Amino acid sequence: MIRLIAAAAVLAALPASATEVEVAQKNKKFSTTAVKAKVGDTLVFRNDDPFFHNIFSLSDTQSFDLGSYPQGESRKVVLKKEGTLEIECAIHPDMKLKVQVEK
Amino acid sequence: MKPMVTLAALGAAAIALAAVSGADASRYDQYLRPAKAPEPADNIGNPARVELGKTLFFDPRLSGSNWISCATCHNPSRGWSDGLPTGVGHGMQVLKRATPSLINCGFNTTLMWDGRAPNLEEQALGPIAAAAEMNQDLPGLVSKLSAIQGYPKLFNAAYPGEGISEKTIGKAIAAYERTILSGESPFDRWRKGDARAVDAAAKRGFEVFEGKGKCVKCHEGFNFTDNGFHNIGVKEPNGEVDVGRFAQRALRVNYGAFRTPSLRDVALTAPYMHNGAYATLEEVVEHYDRGGDVTEHLSPNMSPLGLTAGEKSDLVAFMKSLTGKQLVVTLPHLPN
Ligand code: HEC
Ligand code: HEC
Ligand SMILES: [Cu+2]
Repeated sequence: MIRLIAAAAVLAALPASATEVEVAQKNKKFSTTAVKAKVGDTLVFRNDDPFFHNIFSLSDTQSFDLGSYPQGESRKVVLKKEGTLEIECAIHPDMKLKVQVEK
Repeated sequence: MKPMVTLAALGAAAIALAAVSGADASRYDQYLRPAKAPEPADNIGNPARVELGKTLFFDPRLSGSNWISCATCHNPSRGWSDGLPTGVGHGMQVLKRATPSLINCGFNTTLMWDGRAPNLEEQALGPIAAAAEMNQDLPGLVSKLSAIQGYPKLFNAAYPGEGISEKTIGKAIAAYERTILSGESPFDRWRKGDARAVDAAAKRGFEVFEGKGKCVKCHEGFNFTDNGFHNIGVKEPNGEVDVGRFAQRALRVNYGAFRTPSLRDVALTAPYMHNGAYATLEEVVEHYDRGGDVTEHLSPNMSPLGLTAGEKSDLVAFMKSLTGKQLVVTLPHLPN
């Protein structure tokens, strides 16, 4: 019971307008270098290159390592906190993306 | 008569296209080296800076023993490396890693096998101060150089008003290193349209490189590197561990990952890999054909290739076609 209520509370806290923001990885670049999004939005990273990419962030607001994945696959992350997120590919350090997360 | 002319012209165009052949002509530009390496705004190269940097590069007084210069390990006569499995530094200490060639290092977006140096200016001070390499403390070096008549003048010409400092030492060396560029190779002449610049084996080898061998997944563009980090499963000698890039960024994919080296002039810089594991390009090709040796944390871009004996020797022939005209280096007269 308690678990269920907690889950419901989390759901309720999500902004009604939570959306998916897609960013492609092509030619060892992100399709954009800066993104604005809201807490609760989902970032989707799609690999359009014929080799593996990785996604990670070691930012203070949120840190994660989504591992590496081949062409055609995607990885997702839900934005948890407002602030600035620096997202990179560990395999290709020149790939950098700044995400401005707003309330 | 007119249609004939057009046909002839078409024929000529077809011949030109075929000359670039082997691969598709539209990607011809990706293999041309840009004329200059990118420079930071506060250190645009000029003859005075390059001359000072070259003088410092060849001056053994940059080391604590006054015996080791940058060129001791990065020897222009050996493809700007040392021909050793791993470097040998202060007091004949054997280093853990191989000395990389400096050819085209100005294009690298990070430096060192693990990418720990962000630019040439900062990198240059690392080996000077490192106890195992040149073993010269930096404040001591500034005093040493200031006391050598001739250096103040060179610094003043290169960096007027900035004086002799760690900063100007790093900048001058970096300005020089940006001039260490690969020269035109048979491969380049072939790409530009001279069908006879390389033999058939090298042409077939290039196809293996781009196709069945999957080498371009990592060795791409004019400098044959993606500026990325990969674990290609190179064995360490007797159970040693080198975590590579992981020490800089502790992420799973970085474990045992090293910077993809350029393949320009690679035939000049044996032995190969971060630890000098392989003595020849043939051994390197065998490594890739096996799909690497250490499978833990192996890059998913690596797998056994099933190359025929012919494909293996073609790959080697292709890599040898990347040996360009070497820079003519005139040694500087060191100031006294
Ligand atoms: C004792 C041998 C030795 C000496 C002396 C030496 N180096 Fe190196 N150098 C190395 C080794 C070994 C590495 C790779 C180390 C690593 O990646 O951990 C390296 C790496 C480099 C790199 C990085 C290249 C790349 O593409 O990543 C540059 C640039 C460089 N050295 C410049 C210099 C300069 C400038 C000097 C003189 C101030 C110098 N080195 C002195 C052995 C030496
Ligand atoms: C997954 C990425 C990747 C692929 C695919 C790849 N390489 Fe490499 N290559 C690297 C990395 C990284 C190194 C350095 C590894 C180390 O020292 O541990 C390297 C090193 C080399 C070296 C040694 C260069 C030197 O200066 O020491 C040669 C030669 C080479 N590769 C050729 C090839 C050929 C030929 C192929 C295709 C059969 C190939 N590579 C495929 C990433 C790759
Ligand atoms: Cu990537």
